[in-house]
Amino acid sequence: MSDWKLTARQLVRNPLSLLGIIIITLYIAIAVFAPLIAPTPEGHQDPYMIPRESYGATPQPPSQEHKLGTTEGQYDIFYGVIWGARSAFRVALVVIVITLVIGILLGSLAGYFGGTIDEVIMRITDIFLAFPWLILAMAIVSAIGPSLKSVMIALCAVWWPSYARLIRGDILQVREEDYVEAARGLGASSRRVIMRHVLPNAIYPALIMASLDIGAVVLSAAALSFLGLGASEGYADWGQMTQFARNWMIGPAGDPFKYWYAVLTPGIFILFFVLGWNLLGDAFRDVFDPRLARR
Amino acid sequence: MLFGVTLFIFSITAFFSPVQRAALYVRDVKQLADLEQIIQHFGLDRPIVMQYGTWLGQVLTGNLGYSKIAGMPVWNAIWHFLPATMEIVIFAVPLIILIGVFLGSKAAANKDKPVDHATRLMAIAGWSLPSFWLGLLLIMVFYGYFGGFLPPGRLSLQMDIVVNSAAFIRYTHINTIDAILNLNGSVLLDALRHLILPVITISVINVAFIMRLMRSSMLESLGKGYILTARAKGLPERTVVNKHARRNALIPVLTVSGYLFAGLASGAVITETIFYYKGIGFWAWQSAVNLDISAILGFAMFTAVLFVLVNLVVDVLYTRVDPRVRLGGTVQ
Repeated sequence: MSDWKLTARQLVRNPLSLLGIIIITLYIAIAVFAPLIAPTPEGHQDPYMIPRESYGATPQPPSQEHKLGTTEGQYDIFYGVIWGARSAFRVALVVIVITLVIGILLGSLAGYFGGTIDEVIMRITDIFLAFPWLILAMAIVSAIGPSLKSVMIALCAVWWPSYARLIRGDILQVREEDYVEAARGLGASSRRVIMRHVLPNAIYPALIMASLDIGAVVLSAAALSFLGLGASEGYADWGQMTQFARNWMIGPAGDPFKYWYAVLTPGIFILFFVLGWNLLGDAFRDVFDPRLARR
Repeated sequence: MLFGVTLFIFSITAFFSPVQRAALYVRDVKQLADLEQIIQHFGLDRPIVMQYGTWLGQVLTGNLGYSKIAGMPVWNAIWHFLPATMEIVIFAVPLIILIGVFLGSKAAANKDKPVDHATRLMAIAGWSLPSFWLGLLLIMVFYGYFGGFLPPGRLSLQMDIVVNSAAFIRYTHINTIDAILNLNGSVLLDALRHLILPVITISVINVAFIMRLMRSSMLESLGKGYILTARAKGLPERTVVNKHARRNALIPVLTVSGYLFAGLASGAVITETIFYYKGIGFWAWQSAVNLDISAILGFAMFTAVLFVLVNLVVDVLYTRVDPRVRLGGTVQ
């Protein structure tokens, strides 16, 4: 456990990763306290749908009533970005957990047993990795029909192969350790050897990688939403809110930045969310890669 | 490998019931009554394996189905839209590699100095940036604020007329190259002005990626014995870095240029969508939004096949560049 303390200390001491940790904590707080920060109006059904009072197209600037203004369709930007933090974590956690389970399952089968099983599983990951991620995700989303659920399914399909490969690689190393040999020699079943001896020692790099991928998952989901292949209209989703701003990039003549609030706000929320995870991820990579740390 | 790709694409279509797929052929409400017949005619109710066989046969002969969005067969649509995308790619790839390699080796040569920290921050910010949002900001500032310059699209209206006139011979359908071949300066200038913002948008993330890769590869190479030897011989630091270290560090960069290609195929969808740049990515987006299934699946398969082929080419190049691979040694 002293290893973990050392790692934690290294991360906190590095100003960049400390900044990352602060940003992430802030977002977690926003997501947890969303109902307090942006209370859902009385009588509003689904808190994840952004409330609106009228249907006018033109975004309205920040006012007493709408702290950050409204975007196209009179959706309240403040409410949208705050609850958007919740939907972001929701999408990311679902995708990461599902892909990790698939990755661990297939990766450990491939890594531990080797041979034909390994060959088949690795060829399948090859096929998935042969597609540019966005295009595969677009194809899947449009095949099942655009919704937040299809975005999650598509991202799972895109994401699992890299975890399966990572875990397979780590298992290949651990498999050769003496204690695994010893367990097998004592007559332990394959299942027991994998679950008790191999996985616990091989799984940590993948767990860490996966948790740091939360930023990337959210960025990808936002891109799909931006392309109009995501959540239904009015759902609190940063990507969709950026898409709403597409018709309002340029103000009327003489006032080009008139609708800045509609364009900037959702994008800044995505940017800092992803930035937080990437700052932390970068520091982690240095801590965990002793080849680079030594120099 | 390619066989697997086709199998996978086909299995996506298996999400649909025969009725849904038959509906894709319907162009007129009156035809709805004949759905049963359409299903029969195209064999949509036959066992899945047989359907796959028929379908694969068609794919191998270049029949990927019909794209309603483009109003032409998918295969023709791909070739119709590809030149526009290639136009972005031929400007973006050299830019990405040059800047990425330059900054990456600068960072490695000055490890833990301000240059290194600055480039690291740039890289992290670069791949945290939502590229679709960056595109919007660029339009907002350069088109909105600086007024009238660099409007979205591939060419301005007048230039579009020039390009489509009989006097202008379309050799490649890549506007800039055609303009040079036709010695038409105004078309060239116009095409370039339309290209600047899309190329910047698509490059930012990929530069960050190549830069980080180059940095770690360079650090690895700088720690090798031959660098010590070169330094011990008293060679100037510049020669050591530029000649001995960088050359060897470039090899992994070459390897990932295949992935870069795939990255551009993804990036092109977002970039072309924002800038209404009618390339293959724009078409793919329209197909996806309008549920033009055969188009999006055909395009996905096209990119995957392309990606596999590009990787093959990279593997061959690898043996040319690195004698250790060619002579059967192992690369460390």
